[in-house]
Amino acid sequence: MSDLNRLTIAGARDALRKGETTSVALTEACLSAIEGAKALNAFVHDTPELALEQARAADAKRGADAPALSGIPLGIKDLFCTKGVPSQAGSAILNGFKPEYESTVTQNLFDQGAVMLGKLNMDEFAMGSSNETSIYGNAVNPWRRGDDNTALTPGGSSGGSASAVAADLCLGATGTDTGGSIRQPAAFTGITGIKPTYGRCSRWGIIAFASSLDQAGPMTKDVRDAAIMLQAMCSHDPKDSTSTTTPVPDFEAALTGDIRGKTIGIPKEYTLDGMSDEIDALWTRGKEMLRDAGAKIVDISLPHTKYALPAYYVIAPAEASSNLARYDGVRYGHRAKLAHGDGITEMYEKTRAEGFGAEVQRRVMIGTYVLSAGFYDAYYNRARRVRTLIKKDFEDVFAQGVDAILTPATPSAAFGLGEMAAADPVQMYLNDVFTVTVNLAGLPGVAVPAGLDRQGLPLGLQLIGRPWEEDALLNTAYALETAAGFVAKPAKWW
Amino acid sequence: MSIDTTTAARVAKLARIKVEDAALPALADEFNTILGFIEQLNEVDIEGVEPMTSVEPMRLKRREDVVTEGHQQAKILANAPDAREGFFAVPKVVE
Repeated sequence: MSDLNRLTIAGARDALRKGETTSVALTEACLSAIEGAKALNAFVHDTPELALEQARAADAKRGADAPALSGIPLGIKDLFCTKGVPSQAGSAILNGFKPEYESTVTQNLFDQGAVMLGKLNMDEFAMGSSNETSIYGNAVNPWRRGDDNTALTPGGSSGGSASAVAADLCLGATGTDTGGSIRQPAAFTGITGIKPTYGRCSRWGIIAFASSLDQAGPMTKDVRDAAIMLQAMCSHDPKDSTSTTTPVPDFEAALTGDIRGKTIGIPKEYTLDGMSDEIDALWTRGKEMLRDAGAKIVDISLPHTKYALPAYYVIAPAEASSNLARYDGVRYGHRAKLAHGDGITEMYEKTRAEGFGAEVQRRVMIGTYVLSAGFYDAYYNRARRVRTLIKKDFEDVFAQGVDAILTPATPSAAFGLGEMAAADPVQMYLNDVFTVTVNLAGLPGVAVPAGLDRQGLPLGLQLIGRPWEEDALLNTAYALETAAGFVAKPAKWW
Repeated sequence: MSIDTTTAARVAKLARIKVEDAALPALADEFNTILGFIEQLNEVDIEGVEPMTSVEPMRLKRREDVVTEGHQQAKILANAPDAREGFFAVPKVVE
């Protein structure tokens, strides 16, 4: 078999079970693709020896009843702590950090026999929408605008994961999503990404950004692969006090493609002023495809949508300022060189000034401000009240019988790296306008590639599901994927 | 609410991030842009609405207050920038 790295997880699993290939062959194909794709800057810490060792172990245990992910080569976002392998969240402040422990999600994947090819680029501490805040430099989107050579962003914060999956450097990748960091890059690169219900995946060993919003999820070549990989990532974990004991259903078995009688809500508030006609047309096509598949399309209202981004930019920085207080130059990572007479306060201040990039510093300081005496009620408590209302908007429409909600995934296609450099920070934040509500409400959301724009760039649609019903959500996504028939791949230039 | 350079300096100090004086005006401007965006929340009627503490209603789990994974001093110190004699070492704290 040629081009083994281009297989889906399901395709590779089936080939492995039939004895048509080996994990070592799959892994070597991916390692060779990674070697040839340095221009994408997707993989930032390669682990070829570990990968081949895991692949040989999977091949030795090969059997008809091997777990679905046995021998499947994956990429892991740099936010996941992986034992003995650099894990630095795209930040200089964790330079040299090699965890002595394994995150629960990666341990779950390894328990299933998965192979880790290396760590993937990302925005620093997952704070960004373009992968431009990474200490490793920009990850690059394998897609280009027709013959135009402009380097485009793969989105963020899981930009390396998106780029690697879209360019067939790995069969699937882990991502994390605090405000849209799985779904936006998935949409920018023509792949599938799901953020499950808050509490589905353990957060233990995932470097924390905003703990009430962070969730891990898979980024894959199609919906079936997302179902397979999500299944392996989820578990109840006593080490994460918000980890659910709700049983994990068989996500792949839910993929019947039959959505007859399902009710799909179209929220009027997601029509933005000045929204591109291409995004609007894609959304309309999405509605038509789901209707043709037998679903009932209804107009709904989520009245507090407008306030989701401002609430997010209070809550997420507030939690980040608390979580990132641990980077003090004492226990791990970078410590600044001190001048004669410097005490411990200077050590903290210099270490954090050197170790954190501009966007992370900005968010830590905004978070510090909104939590400070005199402003806590006016900002932080007000934002948490608005969050209650945003969640209630969703509860109300689900109570009216809505099964899933269809929206665009992003307000535009992938933009050029550097194109937003002159914009103020709020302009970049607007990338998450369609995705951030889902994190605030703790709901599952999935981005599915649904078409190409006039310049040949992928565009995605988002489906939002009821809490703990990722099985039904993935099935609706599967029906949408089937109807959209998106098969385009980026032309190889790297 | 407008943030001046004095407030920006105070926030930087609270956050334990060294910001040079020359960088304070630009920082204050950025804060004002972001806080201006956040001000929209004042339009929302939040009368009688409880602040969200947990996105899924759940009682945090409890366990016995006992050591579960202790005796890992070497692993805990393995990544320290400066560890000596089984301790994290820092500059002198008390004169």
